[in-house]
Amino acid sequence: MADRAQPVISPVSGRPGLGAAAMVAVLILGPLLAVFLRAEAGAGLVRADWAAIRFTVWQAVLSAVISVVLAVPVARALARRRFAGRSVLITLLGAPFILPVIVAVLGLLAVFGRNGWISQGLGLMGLPPVQVYGLHGVVLAHVFFNLPLATRLILQGWQDIPAEHFRLAAQLGAGSRVIWRLIERPMLARVVPGALAVIFAICLTSFAVALTLGGGPRATTIELAIYQAFTFDFDLGRAALLSVVQIALTLGAALIALRVASGDGLGAGLDRPVQRWDAAGRGARILDSTLIVAAGLFLLLPMLAIVAEGVPGLLRLPASVGRAALVSLGVALGSTAVMLLVALPMALAIAAGRGSVELAGLLGLAVSPLVIGTGLFLIVNPIADPFALALPVTAGVNAVMGLPFALRILVPAAREVLSVQGRLALSLNMRGLTFLRLVILPRMRPQIGFAAGLVAALSMGDLGVIALFAETDVATLPLQIYRLMGAYQMQAASGAGLLLLALSVGLFWVLDRGGRWHVAA
Amino acid sequence: MKYLTFAAGVFCATGLAAQTPELTVYTYDSFVSEWGPGPQIEKAFEAECGCDLKFVSAGDGASLLARLKLEGARSDADVVLGLDTNLMASAEDSGLFTPSEVDVEYDLPVAWESDTFVPYDWGYFAFIHNKGVTPPQDFLELAKSDMKILIQDPRSSTPGLGLLMWVKAAYGEDAAQVWADLADNIVTVTKGWSEAYGLFLDGEADMVLSYTTSPAYHIIAEDDDTKEAAAFDEGHYMQVEVAAKLAASDQPELAEQFLQFMVTDAFQSVIPTTNWMYPSVIPGDGLPEGFEGLVEPRKSLLLPPAEVQAARDEALNEWLTALSQ
Repeated sequence: MADRAQPVISPVSGRPGLGAAAMVAVLILGPLLAVFLRAEAGAGLVRADWAAIRFTVWQAVLSAVISVVLAVPVARALARRRFAGRSVLITLLGAPFILPVIVAVLGLLAVFGRNGWISQGLGLMGLPPVQVYGLHGVVLAHVFFNLPLATRLILQGWQDIPAEHFRLAAQLGAGSRVIWRLIERPMLARVVPGALAVIFAICLTSFAVALTLGGGPRATTIELAIYQAFTFDFDLGRAALLSVVQIALTLGAALIALRVASGDGLGAGLDRPVQRWDAAGRGARILDSTLIVAAGLFLLLPMLAIVAEGVPGLLRLPASVGRAALVSLGVALGSTAVMLLVALPMALAIAAGRGSVELAGLLGLAVSPLVIGTGLFLIVNPIADPFALALPVTAGVNAVMGLPFALRILVPAAREVLSVQGRLALSLNMRGLTFLRLVILPRMRPQIGFAAGLVAALSMGDLGVIALFAETDVATLPLQIYRLMGAYQMQAASGAGLLLLALSVGLFWVLDRGGRWHVAA
Repeated sequence: MKYLTFAAGVFCATGLAAQTPELTVYTYDSFVSEWGPGPQIEKAFEAECGCDLKFVSAGDGASLLARLKLEGARSDADVVLGLDTNLMASAEDSGLFTPSEVDVEYDLPVAWESDTFVPYDWGYFAFIHNKGVTPPQDFLELAKSDMKILIQDPRSSTPGLGLLMWVKAAYGEDAAQVWADLADNIVTVTKGWSEAYGLFLDGEADMVLSYTTSPAYHIIAEDDDTKEAAAFDEGHYMQVEVAAKLAASDQPELAEQFLQFMVTDAFQSVIPTTNWMYPSVIPGDGLPEGFEGLVEPRKSLLLPPAEVQAARDEALNEWLTALSQ
């Protein structure tokens, strides 16, 4: 993009962003280094590790491409249509992304499993059950998790196109095809590579989902190999090496995405509600409705299964689940605050042309929680009791892991604001905090709300590093769900899973709506 | 004045700490959860030791040992509770543990020889199925049938590793072939026990790898007698869970006292209905109702700890090869 070639003259300094990026890099690479230093000379990567790397990359590529390819028409349909309950639907569609893995897998299999709803339906017709386990199962699950994220990121791109463009297009008599070529495709060229890179990175670190849906050790991912190296073989060097492979793959994908993403800014508008004259035809309406219903069914049926399984369990919830829910809320809000403090300056620095900051942001996705947890443990252990720091560390790590998503959401908006309002602000000699307060925060409120909601919800649902540090009486809700399952209390666990789903979606909704309050988007 | 109160407070607090010594026990997560044995055992032991018993949880058994190796001699742990027979040799080699003086008659199906590791409970691995399903008699019949099973990954789960050793102990050289024949019966392999058991309860497979004691949970806690363990003719592989004293403990007497306490009724009577395993010393008033009808294997299989390491790596390779075709 043009502003990469020639640095944008920005009213805000890029330095706080660079500082934040450096901090993030230290927080992630420091623990990795600690693990390396502690490792004894090992055998390096073994043959099985290379097989794991190949499988991991292959399934991540498939998952990312399919998620994004499906997300484009769904996002377009959502962008073109206005209907009652649209914003609720958009929020609900995002739910799979923020669920703890174990809850989501059980929900997914309640629909697609051998004894799932679809198989039962097929059984009534005398047909064999669905064969869900295998590479296609892994991809199905990853698309289930990531289609919502891809849809939201791409939908955001659509919503960033000023309404005036469509108005002008309608005046000039441009049909769907011309609008696609002149307005929508250039927008996608900017948004899609980033979405692909983020989803590829998420799927790189998959473990339990890939193994369970993959049907066996064929579906061994790098993350499982790290787990094995660490707990089964106690080979720290190999665990750290594998972690480096994960980071290299993520950064490689990010560099490609940054290079490929192209196109100029979309220009400014007056924030009028978008109206699409070109999509008024019957064919377009039917197409869009079909897409929205199909995506809705795919994403919401497993949610419905979780609700159906969870309701009876709600009555059996022990008091500790309530306490854990409060702890989780605290951790989620804490990590959201930390994330915003780090992400905003970073987003502004990236928008001002410092692309390297984006790479630091992606590190959070690339590093295995097991390795970062172990490394932090090695660093903290000699100076303080790691258990006393369990919650702050969890909040901090969750913030860093949510950073890549936040940046994907914030950066395009920050670019827009700087390119549109930057020169005016400079001519008024408005800089630094004043510019931040008067221009950036109000202009970027929807994106800040969305990013905050996403990270808060992710943090709620993530088991994260707490499992490595947990003390008996401090538990987050995901950890408590695992404990309930470990104690055969599957029904109560389903109830707690439902509670977590409701809290995460609620938290997301409140923050996301907060950002869009009084904004007709 | 404020400072004085503060100073007095600090003084009293340190004085108190000196009076009640603290015993730190590292264990796995499900042991300390409110449904596990931890809370009751903490109460019972604190009543007799005049100390503060602190449980610290670290994932599962394998993560426990990894954690202790990471911490080395600097560890706060006085006792580790929750290693098993598959981890014993590797734990012994680490040199982190020291022998105890516990000397009792264990109610174990095998002779117990280690004096470093004190067994506190045990169980048999088994496949659990619903009543009404006719289970296979052994692995060979299972492999020939079209029954579907759920198992755990040996690289990330204790029962998963147990199954690997089970097939190896029962079939030795032929284990690889048995796995190849079983491949089409395996619905999927999960990371841990919880995922597999949850999927089984949702009807994803006919049988799930768990313990012969699993039906006791359903009978006692849920009044549900529809879950049964399949008895296999080859015999069943055992898991014996053990505890040990750390050599670097700063509370060696207290640690010894805890290990002694572990084999008394106060500890052992808590185990069956919280950890859902057999106690290693049957308490005075016997096993709880619901345990009497459980499957009792004809033969108990257990590889000697010293052979586990070599057998484990070979068996894992066979397993990976057979299931990755």
